[in-house]
Amino acid sequence: MERFLLKNIDNPESHRLAFYEAEGGYGSLKKALSLKPEEIIGEVKNSGLRGRGGAGFPTGMKWDFASRDPKFPKYLICNADEGEPGTFKDRPILEKNPHLLIEGMIISAYALKAEKGYIYLRGEYPYAKVVLEEAIKEAYEKGYLGDNILGSGFKFDLSVHQGAGAYICGEETALIESIEGKRGQPRIKPPFPVNVGAWGMPTVVNNVETLANIPLIIKIGSEEYKKIGNPECPGPKLYCVSGCVESPGVYELPMGTTLREIIYEHCGGIRGGGELKAVIPGGISTPVLTPDKLDTMMDFVSLPKVGSMLGSGAVMVFDQSVCLVRVCWRAMKFFEHESCGKCTPCREGVSWMRTVLERIESGFGRKGDIELLQDVASNIAGKTFCPLGDGAAGVVLSFIRNFPEEFDYHIEHKKCMVEA
Amino acid sequence: MDEIKEILKKYPDRRGALLPTLYVAQKAYGWLSQEALEEAAKALNLPPATVKGVATFYAMYKHKPMGRHLIQLCTNVACMIMGAERLVDLLKERYGLEPGGTTEDGRFSLVIMECIGACDRAPAMLVDTDFHADLNENNIFEILEKYE
Repeated sequence: MERFLLKNIDNPESHRLAFYEAEGGYGSLKKALSLKPEEIIGEVKNSGLRGRGGAGFPTGMKWDFASRDPKFPKYLICNADEGEPGTFKDRPILEKNPHLLIEGMIISAYALKAEKGYIYLRGEYPYAKVVLEEAIKEAYEKGYLGDNILGSGFKFDLSVHQGAGAYICGEETALIESIEGKRGQPRIKPPFPVNVGAWGMPTVVNNVETLANIPLIIKIGSEEYKKIGNPECPGPKLYCVSGCVESPGVYELPMGTTLREIIYEHCGGIRGGGELKAVIPGGISTPVLTPDKLDTMMDFVSLPKVGSMLGSGAVMVFDQSVCLVRVCWRAMKFFEHESCGKCTPCREGVSWMRTVLERIESGFGRKGDIELLQDVASNIAGKTFCPLGDGAAGVVLSFIRNFPEEFDYHIEHKKCMVEA
Repeated sequence: MDEIKEILKKYPDRRGALLPTLYVAQKAYGWLSQEALEEAAKALNLPPATVKGVATFYAMYKHKPMGRHLIQLCTNVACMIMGAERLVDLLKERYGLEPGGTTEDGRFSLVIMECIGACDRAPAMLVDTDFHADLNENNIFEILEKYE
């Protein structure tokens, strides 16, 4: 497949405006400015684009809600707080193809009648900050940003807001709190950000990859776009693969490529000719899968049918040398660290799940620990403001469900079956 | 103050400028001492308690003095299965450096990070703002020795 999101990223000049323009960049913006905002929203709705941050909400519908709200000003925020462990798909866009994102944001802002935008960039990407700020400066100088963009009368200002190391700020209401200069704790929904977002105003929060799809939809039209990948949720998708494969990395493929094709055709199979044990398909918050699910299409509709989720498209591959109890414990240590502390079931429950997993992993597991973990997990899920607790609970339950023998062995033999 | 004026232009109110202002204060003072927090509060006309409440929420704001170089090493799942925990042990052996601590000579501080988005090139770390990946037991010291 021809690459669009990662086009030319191997060229050392790919981040420069002159290079991007020479390759046809900002052509979609010029086309968009000749359309009415409602026409653009209609195109995005018709394209079937679903948000690439993890939740998979239809982008056009989100835009429609915000656009129908009569309050002004409206805000457009790009979620570049790529913090889901296993995820590094937005990084090449931010560092190598920043003008694609900026062009996508300007078109989106025009459609939404938003005059101010922010890129909420995670603090752990200092190099991306340098690249983005330079690209924004170039775009201002060329009249793509600022007052009266390309003589259209449309005004849009864009700046980078640097996060400071809080995973929870990837959740859109926590992100908004953080932009407002507050502790990044999620808000209860409703009201949704499309009506009451940043500074109480209608706000659209879209992921980097989502916004980077917009110039393509405008360029080829929604009908052509729908022909890419699974028609139920079409478009190109960035899959970032890590762990025990020969060639880990970011792969741009049609939405709905199977796990088997991703791992064995694009990533060269399991490293050292090893045997696959488990796959996490969409970042650490998504339930783990067993090898018999390899023929599942990696998209928003197929993965839920086998008990998992597409999430951020972060495929983490584990071979037989990896202790899954340890993986599960490390994941829980992460969630414990990142729980914002607002909702009691998540704050207390995740901490207890980490404690119990830690004793199982280190050979002090007790009979009944598995049932205890299941009990705690089921008392977190669905009882919190945001999905962090749900994710943590789902991870524990899926590891226990899919790999019970590993947990049992740890408890019974006081050691790991991988080392045995 | 000129830097803070520029920041304020990007937000509709003063509170919005708090996170970037804390970065400015941290850069000027090396860490967010009480004095640095009060300066930030004064610059934005916010209560010092509000400023401290926000500053303590985020992992990248520092509440004690740091070494000359900050090592931020990821040990999350992808880095863990590629040997990151062994690197943590080696940093302790070689420099007496514990997670959350600083070497006696003030050269390095170590913070364990929760995923720095380099899982395809694990294990990975940031030293100050420099990114280093594909680390192993040997090259991590070759890299670190360049930081005086």
